[in-house]
This record gives sequence, C-alpha cells and structure tokens, in this order.
Amino acid sequence: MKVGVVTFPGSLDDADAQRAVRVGGHEAVGLWHGDHDLRGVDAVVLPGGFSYGDYLRCGAISRFAPVMTEVVEAARRGMPVLGICNGFQILCESHLLPGALIRNDHRKFVCRDQRLRVENSGTPWTSAYKPGAEITIVLKNGEGGYVADEPTLDRLEGEGRVVVRYVDDNPNGSLHDIAGITNDRGNVVGLMPHPEHAVEELTGSGTDGLGFFTSLAAASFA
Amino acid sequence: MARVVVDVMPKPEILDPQGKAVLGALPRLGFSGVTDVRQGKRFEVEVDGDVTDEVLASVAQMAETLLSNPVIETFDIRVEGGEGE
Repeated sequence: MKVGVVTFPGSLDDADAQRAVRVGGHEAVGLWHGDHDLRGVDAVVLPGGFSYGDYLRCGAISRFAPVMTEVVEAARRGMPVLGICNGFQILCESHLLPGALIRNDHRKFVCRDQRLRVENSGTPWTSAYKPGAEITIVLKNGEGGYVADEPTLDRLEGEGRVVVRYVDDNPNGSLHDIAGITNDRGNVVGLMPHPEHAVEELTGSGTDGLGFFTSLAAASFA
Repeated sequence: MARVVVDVMPKPEILDPQGKAVLGALPRLGFSGVTDVRQGKRFEVEVDGDVTDEVLASVAQMAETLLSNPVIETFDIRVEGGEGE
C-alpha cells in the first residue's frame, strides 16, 4: 500500500513514521501540509511533533492546513488515517475523533516506555494484534490528557471504540485511562503513544509498535 | 477601527493544570485567601469600521471554529471602544 505521512511545520516524527511505514512493508509517500494533494495514497499518517509550534492549542492551526481538507474528506470516505501524538490532537481538533487532549494533570512533560492494552484489534491499524494484547511503546508528551464529556465516554466504551488503554499507571490524567480511540466507522485511529518509535530491535523499547504498520496489509486483503 | 475582545476559558468541569500551578504559587508569595485560579486566553480582534451585528456574528464564528475548542472551552465576546473614542 501507499501510505502518506504529512509533514507540517514543526512535525518531528515524520521521518520515523515514514521509516515505520517502510519497515511495515509499505511504500511511504511524503505529503506536505500546504498541498491540496494526497498523491494517490491508500492511507495517511499524521505524525507527532509540535505542528505550528502548538500555538493557540495543539493541532488547532494544523486542522486548517490545506492538506487537512483532503485528509478529512478521505477519512469520511473510509480511508485509514492514523494520528500519533500531535496527529491525535489534530484529529480531535478536526472533529474526526471526539474529545480533546489537554495538558497532563501533573503539568510535566512525560517521556517513558509505556505499557498499553490493545482493546480494539478490529481497526485497520490494530488488526495485527490479538485482542487484549499488552504492548510497550514510548510515550512522550506534555498535553496528552484525554477528556470528553460523559455521554461521549459512554459511547466510546459501549461501542468498543477505545483502541488502546494505559496499563499499570495513568501517565497524564486521561479519563478512563484512554490512550487511543477510533471513530464510529473504525478507519480513523488516534493515540498519544508512539508506535513508530518501536518497530526495530536496534532502537527503542522493542518492536511492539510494528503491528500498527503491518495491520494495514491485513486490512487490504480483507 | 474598533476592537472586539474574545475571552476563552476552560469549561468548569475541565481540569486546568495551568490555573492550578498559579494557585499553588500564590501562597508561596504570601498571597492568602485565594481559593481557586483558572487560566484562559484573551484575544483582541481589531476590525475595520463599525461593529455591526454582522461583524459580531463573524467574530463569534471565529471564536467557535478557531479561537476556542467548544469541547473544552467556552468563549465570551464584547466590544471595546476604539481609538479616539
């Protein structure tokens, strides 16, 4: 598959995300925030970083980048979209995912290997995992506290739309220990931890994140 | 020229870690009796000509789409006297 990775001004993890896409067996296609063009890709990754300097609110300005018009439209048609960290924030600001990410409750930036449970392995980004699988990937953010109103949380829980949940310890005050969620259609996934940093033994905490990128292949055969 | 001010505040039920940090610092500086602090944002939007209902409606739209995130924040709009008034 051709997987696009968007670079915004201030993106940091776009190169790692492209590499993870290739390690996962796909062709990585660089996409530019200022272009109204998805270059024929089959899926899109919005990488981590501090797009537009996190000015105003994380993801608030990126949401209106020209490329996002195309991403939102494609996502609504069913294209798989994965938002990691800042990408998750952008997906929430774009209303592709419900809720919002606010400053960590303990007010500190957190950077650590984080244990997660894959609660929903039915999305095109998580189908490589067994339901309930526990994985460890890096988490690094200052504004990763997931919040939403009670009806939204009830709906996410009731419809199985919590994709990954923090295990052992809640690192940022996220409600219901939520680390990542999906939309009602299941094609758009956002999470705060970084699977793209855990795809090779040489670096990072292991290869537990690789499944996010190999899942796409399984999804395309489905 | 006129100025429209948009105040954006975190909703009461949303945790405000920045406000909490300020609240925690005040007693250390000798300010007592403060029971809570919430931190928001103030936008000063300068507009051409008079502030008509149309202008106010467009500022409200700005506030709703970009200046605030309605999931976690509320906003309040008011007109301030322009220069020379």
